[in-house]
Amino acid sequence: MEGYISIRNLRKQFGNFTALHDVELEIAEGEVVCVIGPSGSGKSTLIRCINLLEPFQPESTITVGGTKVEAGRNLEKVRADVGMVFQSFNLFPHLTVLRNVMLAPMRVRGLSVPDAEKRARDLLTRVGIGEQADKYPGKLSGGQQQRVAIARALAMDPKVMLFDEPTSALDPEMVGEVLDVMKSLAGTGVTMVVVTHEMGFARQVADRVIFMDGGRVVEIGTPTQIFDTPQEQRTRDFLGAVLNH
Amino acid sequence: MDIFDTFFNVPVLIRTFPLLMSGLWITLQIGVASIIAGLALGLLLALVRLYAAPWLQVIAKIYINFMRSIPLLVLLIIIYYALPFVGIRLSPFMSAVSALSLVSAAYTAEIFRAGIEAIPKGQFEASAALGLGYRNTMVDVILPQAIRIVIPPLTNNCINVMKDTALASVVAMPDLLKQATQAQALAANPSPLIGAAIIYVAFLWPLVAAVSKLERSYAKADH
Repeated sequence: MEGYISIRNLRKQFGNFTALHDVELEIAEGEVVCVIGPSGSGKSTLIRCINLLEPFQPESTITVGGTKVEAGRNLEKVRADVGMVFQSFNLFPHLTVLRNVMLAPMRVRGLSVPDAEKRARDLLTRVGIGEQADKYPGKLSGGQQQRVAIARALAMDPKVMLFDEPTSALDPEMVGEVLDVMKSLAGTGVTMVVVTHEMGFARQVADRVIFMDGGRVVEIGTPTQIFDTPQEQRTRDFLGAVLNH
Repeated sequence: MDIFDTFFNVPVLIRTFPLLMSGLWITLQIGVASIIAGLALGLLLALVRLYAAPWLQVIAKIYINFMRSIPLLVLLIIIYYALPFVGIRLSPFMSAVSALSLVSAAYTAEIFRAGIEAIPKGQFEASAALGLGYRNTMVDVILPQAIRIVIPPLTNNCINVMKDTALASVVAMPDLLKQATQAQALAANPSPLIGAAIIYVAFLWPLVAAVSKLERSYAKADH
């Protein structure tokens, strides 16, 4: 079955090192998929290929909503429909929080200033930082910055949201506020692919969990299958190491 | 008293003051025109050097290294005295502005390149992920941040351009230095030269002080 995101034969080389080995993956529209696995297993590389932040081997194909992901005229269109949230937030430090959220809708979608501002204020309120709109990102806590980053991505009204370890750079007490925003987003129809170390979140929110190791998809299943009855030894070892703390 | 009569001869200074002011006006015109042209050409060169097709990048790099290697006076004399032999005749003013801005552009390009390269990769990735095109990424995200970084070195470069305008006097441009040397000849007294030196220092000193202040406050903000 062809998914909304369709990844065929995905291979990624960094010089002689193969970061991804022939990954096959179909993700349905509206599905929430969490990608787990040890550091260096290729999880981040995988989702960075979906919007071509990482170029991949020419024999591989990725399509999003039927559009091929490749350099050229379609790329900006694909990227406009695919939001991304980074581990290190990557907010624009020279713009206020409000302007961070307004920029892409104005420049890419052609929204007027009042329309973009209204949408930005609505989204900032939705992620719980409406009152910080006129501050600069540097004045906000990590958790607040990441929520701004989520609002900034949502402002493009994306079909897909990619989360690249969104809580890994946060102080522990701020992880919850970001996960809460992400939970409220799941089930709104937006397709979510989340690279995460938060096993509780994956178990509670994901429709499917993907375990990766060594640049390969080792196992895919529902949270119950992966966390309670993992089939592969490597999955059991990883979960054993992560969960028994 | 002899020193004062020789170097700070007040009647001579008063008599030649209008001449020096007209020279200063020319110097400012050459300087400002060269700075603006150098900035525009330098930004363009930096973008070519970083993002254009590989062969264009090589050309930009060669241009930059060439212009940083050639003595400005040599370039100016070639433009003013040699180019007429191939039919290119530039006025003294245009010769001076051309030489100054061609060289200034090379230095400016390197300053802009360093500024753009200092912007974290995440800023480019966040822009790309939002679907922003190259132009918007540069204009809305990268350059506003890079400009903050490059203001101190750019100001330094402007000071150098302003100082180098004095070379225009060798192509018969009636700039501040030229007027001062002529006034010296007329008055048979070097006071106008001292006056010119004081004028150069007086209007560049605040810029030099501003650069130091900017560098200090940026260093503080980064730590």
